[in-house]
Amino acid sequence: MASHESSYTPGNPVEKWLDDRLPIIRFSKEHLMDYPTPKNLNYWWTFGGILAVMLVVQIVTGIVLAMHYAPNVALAFDSLEHIRRDVSGGRIIQAVHAVGASMFFAAVYLHIFRGLYFGSYKAPREILWILGVLIFVLMMATAFMGYVLPWGQMSYWAAQVITNIFAAIPIVGEPILLLLRGGFTVDNATLNRFFSLHYLLPFVIAAVVALHIWALHVPGNNNPIGVEVKSSRDTVPFHPYYTMKDLFAIIVFFIPFAWFVFFAPDILGHSDNYIQANSLVTPAHIVPEWYFLPFYAILRAIDFNILFIDSKLGGVIFFGGSILILFFLPWLDTSKVRSGTFRPIFKWFFWLFVVNFVMLAYLGASAADSSVLGLSVADFSKLCTAYYFLYFLVILPLLGRLETPRSLPESISEAVLKKSAGGSSAAAAH
Amino acid sequence: MQRGFQVFREVCAGCHGARLMAFRNLGESGGPEFSEAQVKALAAEYEVADAEVESGVRPGVAADRWLGTGQSNADMIATFGILPPDFSAVAKGRNTSQPFPWWILNYVTPYAEGGPDYIHALLTGYHEEVPEGAVDSEGKPFELPEGKYYNDYFPGHAIGMAPPLSDGVVTYGESEGGVVVPETVDQYSRDVAAFLMWVAEPHLVARKEAGLQIIVFLILFAGLMYAVKRRLWAKIEH
Amino acid sequence: MATQSSTAHQDAPNPGRRDFLYVAAGAVGAVGVAGAVWPLINQLNPDASVLALASAEFDLSAVEEGQSLTVKWRGMPVFIRHRTATEIEEAKAVPLSDLKDPQTDAQRVKEGHEQWLIMIATCTHLGCIPVGESGEFGGWFCPCHGSQFDTAGRIRKGPAPTNLVLPPYEFISDTQVKIG
Repeated sequence: MASHESSYTPGNPVEKWLDDRLPIIRFSKEHLMDYPTPKNLNYWWTFGGILAVMLVVQIVTGIVLAMHYAPNVALAFDSLEHIRRDVSGGRIIQAVHAVGASMFFAAVYLHIFRGLYFGSYKAPREILWILGVLIFVLMMATAFMGYVLPWGQMSYWAAQVITNIFAAIPIVGEPILLLLRGGFTVDNATLNRFFSLHYLLPFVIAAVVALHIWALHVPGNNNPIGVEVKSSRDTVPFHPYYTMKDLFAIIVFFIPFAWFVFFAPDILGHSDNYIQANSLVTPAHIVPEWYFLPFYAILRAIDFNILFIDSKLGGVIFFGGSILILFFLPWLDTSKVRSGTFRPIFKWFFWLFVVNFVMLAYLGASAADSSVLGLSVADFSKLCTAYYFLYFLVILPLLGRLETPRSLPESISEAVLKKSAGGSSAAAAH
Repeated sequence: MQRGFQVFREVCAGCHGARLMAFRNLGESGGPEFSEAQVKALAAEYEVADAEVESGVRPGVAADRWLGTGQSNADMIATFGILPPDFSAVAKGRNTSQPFPWWILNYVTPYAEGGPDYIHALLTGYHEEVPEGAVDSEGKPFELPEGKYYNDYFPGHAIGMAPPLSDGVVTYGESEGGVVVPETVDQYSRDVAAFLMWVAEPHLVARKEAGLQIIVFLILFAGLMYAVKRRLWAKIEH
Repeated sequence: MATQSSTAHQDAPNPGRRDFLYVAAGAVGAVGVAGAVWPLINQLNPDASVLALASAEFDLSAVEEGQSLTVKWRGMPVFIRHRTATEIEEAKAVPLSDLKDPQTDAQRVKEGHEQWLIMIATCTHLGCIPVGESGEFGGWFCPCHGSQFDTAGRIRKGPAPTNLVLPPYEFISDTQVKIG
């Protein structure tokens, strides 16, 4: 950005008049069209654009659903079915919103893992990363409250269980619980406030996304080799090169999205949520939505007291810690080299981290008293939780000091030239 | 599907409601597809409470929703100990569990039949006596509580509902083309499971048809966008 | 992509095809956007449960001559009046020149069912519900602003600009009417 000068000249007197007062066309041209982008970004970088589109999809379908939804314990379940049965196109719009939440999280996880692998959180992009983690936390809160709204069995019990997490906090836990629920259990007051907040939070997310993009446009994009942009030979304008590439990726992303919406809209959820909430009967097998499973497994893994901390509070601490730790990641990783491509040992730990994360999700979905690969779910979860924290707290700080990275290319354009001269098959870096 | 409705009406509906289904739905495509006149006649057989009418009740019309069971909730709780569940969404509210790794296939095949499979299995899964060798969740010999029935597929095996179907309990009318439909528990439960799936998800067929068109469109669009992207980037070393 | 540079050379001298490609992609994109926007607008239309009530049937057998029935149709009150022979005579006798909104009595009812007058029960002035069998003309009188209607529901006096509106309806049998 620093080397970038505005190329906008107002084309006519009206534009000139506007430009002197509110330079919105200049701003848009600079940031949406001319923004210099490293030319070696691969398809993992398209998830930013996909996520922006998903946020819009969720907000638009959400506003539509709110026109037909009734946030009242007596009516909520039936109003959802009314949307599916009677409203024109309602089944599709509702499915887009519900499946959309899943697709949103799928994309955000890929976006986060891309950042983890290519070191996108390192200086000078710490704020960019922190804002991203903040968006992730807000997304989780929004998704959770949205899940309560259909007022099915899973909705109700998810609300009951998750709000109970706060009760684990010493001394203030109980008052906070009452404050959150607005009652002694999850009830109409809870449903109403969740509806209100579920409507509000996406707009907060949109605001933080704006900051996230602002923080991106100051240092500019990271890129697969992790070497900063050195000259204009390293970059292309965002439009049309990345607008069209992102658009292609978005359409491809929509194909599995449409598959789920039209052919299996309920498969990512739980059939128990088609039973109206009943405060007297707990479903046999409570599981959160898939995107919460890794963190749910961590919450559940702590089944022992640690000194004076009981297991419930311990679980909550580890659960909260697993997300909070992401905020400190820029200072935990000591490596001078950004991209994992040039870090031979880091790669192994990174992919193990990915497998470990997926494993946590699988464990989160398994019944607590079952066993996986010969280990009990409880022990396996402890093992995976341990690796999750070790990765951030021990491996990344030490590896930066111990590992010898491969030599880095001089610049992006040099790396690109070398690649095409060698005729290498650049499967990923296309 | 009309047979399924008949089984539902004559057997299930005595205790289970379907409050989200309207009479008009019964005439829609994808469902039992009764004619408009049949729907009207059917609805008119029921009396609907309507505060705006002097007598308080009027004959039903197509726009009305399915009425309850004709019994008050309190009566049913007194009889059964619990309230029999409403069947509006029951086919979506039940599922069969599959062992790892076969459930992964469900994500690529549009399998949405877990509910009907469960209903069919449940209705045909009754035993007059606890089978030999049956054990409870702790591995002890299974003991059936008083007033419960043993069922292979009900979670926990002890179900409060007596076997609702027996061979010949519903008499199917003359079917089209003179095909004789067997009046057996297996056939009844198949029919009623299909009907209940439709009740739970009335627009299933239309939805999947639209989905096919949209996915074909998206693939076409993606192909075009890929060509556009390649042509743009052809000039750039990257 | 090993073949990248070679394709670049092949593509370069073919600008016509490139333009076509961009236009085609743009057109398909426009179709896609329209297809996505339409359901979002269409959902604002009345839903199936509302549409199911768009037409309704009413039984008239209990309404004696000289009585009226007020029914609810599409959320609005509808008058169904079983007119007496005198009322029909009165209505027929009015010369069209006396009317603000000229309509013959025959235009106000269905042939063969002249005794039944079926009208939406909201005053064409500002939407109040008129009171039956009152006013100077033996028809309806609107208490809000004093509009007066005759025994065929035609405006005779007061601020209302037109006659009381007739809903679309048909007789299924002599005692069954389907409104809507």
